[in-house]
Amino acid sequence: MVVGVILLAIGLVLAFMGIGAEHHAAGAEGAHHAAGAGASAEHHGSPIWLKRLIISLWHSNVYFTGIAVVGTVFVAINYVAYAGWSIVVKRIAEAFSAWLLPGAIIMLVVFGVGLINHDIFHWTMPGIMDPKSENYDAVIAGKSGFLNLPFYVIRMVVYLAIWWFFSERLRKLSLEEDQMGGTGFWDKSINVSALFLVLFAVTSSMAAWDWVMSIDTHWFSTMFGWYVFASWWVSGIAAITLCAIFLKQAGYLPFLTSNHLHDLGKLMFGFSIFWTYVWFSQFMLIWYANLPEESVYFNQRLGGFDGKYTWLFFFNLIINFAFPFLVLMTRDAKRQMIMLKLATIAILIGHWLDFYLMIMPGTLKGDSGFIIEIGVALIFLGAWLTLMTRRLSQASLLPVNHPFVDESIHHTT
Amino acid sequence: MQHVSPVRIPLVTNGKTYHDVTQDVCRQVEAKPNIRWMAALAVALFFLGIFFYSVYRTLWYGIGEWGLNKTVGWAWDITNFVWWVGIGHAGTLISAVLLLFRQKWRSSINRAAEAMTIFAVICAAMFPVLHMGRPWLAFWVLPLQNTYGSLWANFNSPLLWDVFAISTYFSVSLVFWYTGLVPDFATIRDRATGPIARRAYAVLSMGWKGGAKHWSRYETVSLILAGVSTPLVLSVHTIVSMDFATSVVPGWHTTIFPPYFVAGAIFSGFAMVLTLMLITRVVFKLEDYITLEHIALMNKIMMITGSIVGVAYITEFFIAWYSQVEFEQYAFINRATGPYWWAYASMMTCNVISPQLVWIRRVRYSIPATFILSIIVNIGMWFERFVIIVTSLHRDYLPSSWAMFSPSWIDIGIYVGTLGLFFTLFLLFAKFFPVINMAEVKTILKYGVDNGPTYGGPNTGAQQSTYRSTGVPASAPVNYDKHD
Repeated sequence: MVVGVILLAIGLVLAFMGIGAEHHAAGAEGAHHAAGAGASAEHHGSPIWLKRLIISLWHSNVYFTGIAVVGTVFVAINYVAYAGWSIVVKRIAEAFSAWLLPGAIIMLVVFGVGLINHDIFHWTMPGIMDPKSENYDAVIAGKSGFLNLPFYVIRMVVYLAIWWFFSERLRKLSLEEDQMGGTGFWDKSINVSALFLVLFAVTSSMAAWDWVMSIDTHWFSTMFGWYVFASWWVSGIAAITLCAIFLKQAGYLPFLTSNHLHDLGKLMFGFSIFWTYVWFSQFMLIWYANLPEESVYFNQRLGGFDGKYTWLFFFNLIINFAFPFLVLMTRDAKRQMIMLKLATIAILIGHWLDFYLMIMPGTLKGDSGFIIEIGVALIFLGAWLTLMTRRLSQASLLPVNHPFVDESIHHTT
Repeated sequence: MQHVSPVRIPLVTNGKTYHDVTQDVCRQVEAKPNIRWMAALAVALFFLGIFFYSVYRTLWYGIGEWGLNKTVGWAWDITNFVWWVGIGHAGTLISAVLLLFRQKWRSSINRAAEAMTIFAVICAAMFPVLHMGRPWLAFWVLPLQNTYGSLWANFNSPLLWDVFAISTYFSVSLVFWYTGLVPDFATIRDRATGPIARRAYAVLSMGWKGGAKHWSRYETVSLILAGVSTPLVLSVHTIVSMDFATSVVPGWHTTIFPPYFVAGAIFSGFAMVLTLMLITRVVFKLEDYITLEHIALMNKIMMITGSIVGVAYITEFFIAWYSQVEFEQYAFINRATGPYWWAYASMMTCNVISPQLVWIRRVRYSIPATFILSIIVNIGMWFERFVIIVTSLHRDYLPSSWAMFSPSWIDIGIYVGTLGLFFTLFLLFAKFFPVINMAEVKTILKYGVDNGPTYGGPNTGAQQSTYRSTGVPASAPVNYDKHD
């Protein structure tokens, strides 16, 4: 059973890596030429192709690490809510956290590489906090209590360590439950989950400020932490659904029925609307008040850099709101694999683009492109899937001794 | 067939039968009003009298009767308005959102919570209408053409959005509540002995016969209304928050406001539901329907929403510093350390720290502790609105116009008066309407009960070895039956 999954995944990985690598080379070359021809006048730091590479590594890693941790969040929420229906997809969500450790390492490494030429974070520029330097920026200097290298790195390590530790802990408890049975592991998992969710509530917001918001160093929005969480969360649910469908179609999840898909579809539908709600609240309030220090963020994305990001700004709403909203509207659609596939793939691509739109204008200004970025994303996808499917193969796809396993198998909506 | 895990516990305790449910709920409606109810109603009517007196003073002498001044032109009234609207959130949340999340325990509390919602929204509506000064012109907020010229409702104003949001919310909540009441009214009608009761409940039950078609329509309408109310619940406090957040007042203009206000509203709403339910279950002897488990679950929701609000407080404070905008920074420093520090400290203690006691199992299963906690949260949420509203206004950009707000007796009278209005309505509801949804409780009566139809036997931890996956061929067609 397992071998098939792994072979499938490795096949996918090879294909993706091949395509990714090819595109990547082509893209890099293209970008290099463009830079060589002097197309972009004002950039500083690394050559554009390298800068694009570093930033797309950061972008894709933030996205995939977020989805990985959402797997654990999903499991934890289902524990504390005593949810019974979701047990048949629990192992899929658990497997997502296989990416957390490599993701954490990549995060640290890319951050370090980004420091060399200060490509990702403007606030890391030397002298920016020093009144005597010509780089001095009073607003950024005011933030130095939070945005300084040691504290930033410590925070990053702490967030990732917490996420990784609790993911492993929950996974271990679940595997032991498979072996030994009884409700003791379940009881313990509820406590572990509750503690994790409390810590995650704080760390996810702070991670969003650190990893994404501080790119646009001057800009601030209190909603931002929840905005990033909403994006990760809906992508995570879409990823769980998509994996469940692939596994079902390959014959590995005999107990997964259209009832479970229906519920996953409802969550995707609901949380796509939730994301839009958060998006709209943030946008509308900034647009309405029109304070320059806030609205600059949307100025850059709506018409800034010769309108480079304008289409993406609107496309973001279409693919992440209108499309899943319309596709998943009816009951039948939420129970049809083909409709769910369409919606999940749109959501996954859409939220990758959402992060693209959050990260690129502040770092690459008008110099971002798509070929390198998509290539990097596909390499990440391949690696992510390899680790995820490997973990998936390491345990029974059904947590056989979970107290709610019968409820989930007989679930009807 | 649905399966219920043995780890789940019954929602209704003490082996009640279908007949017991009818008896236990109808008893209060059919019996003569008891002395405790009369005493409570008398107190509520006294406060309602205070309300009418304060309203009379406000309307006859004008808004000058209130404690507002030219710097703090919006304080007590809007605080109370937001507080009441917030309380009005839990009812529809319980009926709609918990229905969508299949939380079956909601059946015992949804009726009373929905009633509370409706009465709380009525109380809330008093404040903007009274603040108009000339409430007989309240229809001007509706987008009606008027005969005085080009005056027209300002669609750019979040206050106008409030009118739409809250009136829609009120109408839908009322319909939802009433739809649920119809089958129960029919039950009471069929049992009624007195001629007035029989006629009155006959009218109220709208000719309900309990036929299969009736039930089918009832369920369809409930589901549609649940779907409609869910976005409505979120929209109401979102738009209330926009009354502040669309401005450029430091401390008000912050993007987290919409979801943070919604969480705060659910928080205060659940606190009020707990306050009311803890009294109702004892007075009406409904301990088997509103069990300790219900109380613990409501406590948990209160703690979660309280913590979300706590995260939002910290986020606001942090981002105010992080923004490096002088005015934002001052607004928050002033909140915490300025002349209203005590309001801020009360808010933080009541809303963020005290709900954390719920982590202790003994607290969340304790009736006295829960009752005290629910009152503390109600107070804390009032202070939250007061802090947000008054501290952001009282120190203007010009230090020469700095001022403090102190409520007048009329302000206080209107506020405690709305409490009188609220409890009058709630007591009348509790006496004449069934406080628990009998029809829905009957559907969950056997849930998880030992030897009930869904009981799976005790969990030995060693069962289920039959569920190893059997390895369906990769090309096996996947069946999805639309009708299951």
